[in-house]
Amino acid sequence: METNSNQEYTEPARPSFDSAGDKRILEGRRSFFLWLIAVGTAAMGALLAVPLVRYVLYPVFAKTTSVSWSNLGHGSQYASVTTPVRQIVKIEQVDGWREAVSRKPIYVTKGKRKGSLDGVEVLSAVCPHLGCEVPWNAEEGKFMCPCHGSQFAPDGSLLQGPALRGLDTLPVKSDKGDLMARYEYFQALLPYKKEVG
Amino acid sequence: MSTESTPGENPQTGREPQQGRLFRWFERRTGLNKLLHEALDEPIPGGARYAYIFGSGLLFIFISQVITGIFLALYYVPSADHAHVTVAYITKVVAAGSFLRSLHVYGASAMVIIVLLHLSQTFLYGSYKGRRELLWVSGTLLFTLVMGMAFTGYLLPWDQKAYFATAVGTSVASEAPFVGGLLERLMRGGNQIGTLTLSRFFAMHVFYIPALIFLFVAIHIYLFRKAGAAGPISESPVRPKQHTESFYPRQLVMDLGFALLLIVALGFAAYFAPAALGPLADPADTHFLPRPEWYYRPLFEWLKVGHGQAEFLRIVVIPGIIVALFVGLPFLDRRLERRPWRRPAAVGVFSVIFIALVTLGAYSYYQDSHDKDVAMQLEQQHRMEVQFMNQPFMPQLANGAEPPPDQTAEAAAPASPVGAEGEKIFQSHGCYACHGQGGAGTSFAPKLRGIGSKFSTAQLETLFEHPLPQMNAGGMPHFKFTPDQVEALRTYLDSLH
Repeated sequence: METNSNQEYTEPARPSFDSAGDKRILEGRRSFFLWLIAVGTAAMGALLAVPLVRYVLYPVFAKTTSVSWSNLGHGSQYASVTTPVRQIVKIEQVDGWREAVSRKPIYVTKGKRKGSLDGVEVLSAVCPHLGCEVPWNAEEGKFMCPCHGSQFAPDGSLLQGPALRGLDTLPVKSDKGDLMARYEYFQALLPYKKEVG
Repeated sequence: MSTESTPGENPQTGREPQQGRLFRWFERRTGLNKLLHEALDEPIPGGARYAYIFGSGLLFIFISQVITGIFLALYYVPSADHAHVTVAYITKVVAAGSFLRSLHVYGASAMVIIVLLHLSQTFLYGSYKGRRELLWVSGTLLFTLVMGMAFTGYLLPWDQKAYFATAVGTSVASEAPFVGGLLERLMRGGNQIGTLTLSRFFAMHVFYIPALIFLFVAIHIYLFRKAGAAGPISESPVRPKQHTESFYPRQLVMDLGFALLLIVALGFAAYFAPAALGPLADPADTHFLPRPEWYYRPLFEWLKVGHGQAEFLRIVVIPGIIVALFVGLPFLDRRLERRPWRRPAAVGVFSVIFIALVTLGAYSYYQDSHDKDVAMQLEQQHRMEVQFMNQPFMPQLANGAEPPPDQTAEAAAPASPVGAEGEKIFQSHGCYACHGQGGAGTSFAPKLRGIGSKFSTAQLETLFEHPLPQMNAGGMPHFKFTPDQVEALRTYLDSLH
């Protein structure tokens, strides 16, 4: 590469593109080296992408809700229940870096419907019609929904619509004599019980 | 394709193999070869050298900062209520979150180091000479922008040291004459450091300054290519005479080697000594001793030393002279002489300023370690940081969650028999289903507590008989209550207020 020192400087001489051979970066002898660099850089990039991919995918595979079993006390105290007993369970819902703690009313009652344990049922107080909270009406001896008048027997079974099914039983188990229930949400407006997500 | 060959070059011109057609087809449509040729065949007078790796190293770290920064934004929330918990979430919970955040934190320090190396090399080699004034000035601007990134990014985790370092950093602005107070309030978005400060710093850190950096990097590279590489100190800055070597392949390999070294070093640091996060900022903490990152230590010490004396000289005149010397260097040092030992004035001033900055920084660290009270407090702050890092992640309680149990318990105790009657009605009619326990209100229906101060019993009766349209729309059932029952409800709800 010659540089003419006599003429006025314009810009450093650079290899001309139109002369072939070595000037073709994408082809021939010089390209091999470029490919080597490109492949090496790509491999490096792929390696660095591993933490990025793990980072992005984290919430996709992380457990988002931590609905756990609530202890309702020793099972013996429910052995002689005659009318439904109202209890509050605390459920924690993790939403990324937030946590929503909500308190949900449930009823422990006598009953032999599906989901009962030793003649004891745990009912969600959410009306299967449109989701209002259903209180126990001690004077009438039944659950009466304040919103649209659905009525349920002490064991939660349907007495009168517009609800299409009885109050939903929650999963129960016995742990060292303690009655445990797991709070769940169920789809409204269906004639059968169906868990929500 | 021309068949003309240049003397001294590999005469492979006659070769027109099979791949030639494919090459031509591709080249005509993309111009990729021409582009690569333009980008990579930049001639370097005197050949490739390790001294020239810092510019591209800087670009590489900047791109790394952009990538890690963009990914951090996936979980980060810039508000005083959420910034700290989201950074804690990234650090303690998200897979590889601590690693990526550490890369970003340490990358900031690396960027400051390399920018200093880059400008030192440019200065010592006299590479700003020979029609390169604007190239140098754009470089000084980029240096300022990099320091601005470091300053604004420091606040974003909203931990103790971030908060207090920024409190000091912004109060420095208030020492500027005439407009100081205004400047400080402008930076803080008010008198105090708060969520508005965080929003401002966040916007500066991710939108304004990066946009300016992209712009000035483009200008900087364009001006560099226009002027051409300056080459070694023995080369004429205007009319290069030495044998040139193109950037590709040797200089490219050196640059890539440096980039590899940087990322490996950062990766090791991030993996084995991840960046810490301190406890949540507590503005009420009067003990906390703010200390900036190492690169702001000299400035910090400069402002501390002789505080209250010769303010104008210390805050305006001397820094002003240094900035003027820094930016105006190529206009002041106009000779084409590049050898440092033949430029005693320029190199002397540079060395004095450099040594002064290093001394100030070192003195700041020395003082901290030799003042017993300060050392103890800093040690305590460090312990708090370690302690916080060892704690498991605590999610933030979401807004709109039901009131805490004590509030409900308190609400459950009506004061009078009439109130107790009201509570019974409230419970038996399921009012709480929509209006919440104790009438606290939910997302479906308004708060009923203290409704007695808004409506009389008679008005409430009317409301039950003739509900408002929004009550019907919200699914409020019709109730028939006697005036006594309405009065009881009203008494009950008022007792909760």
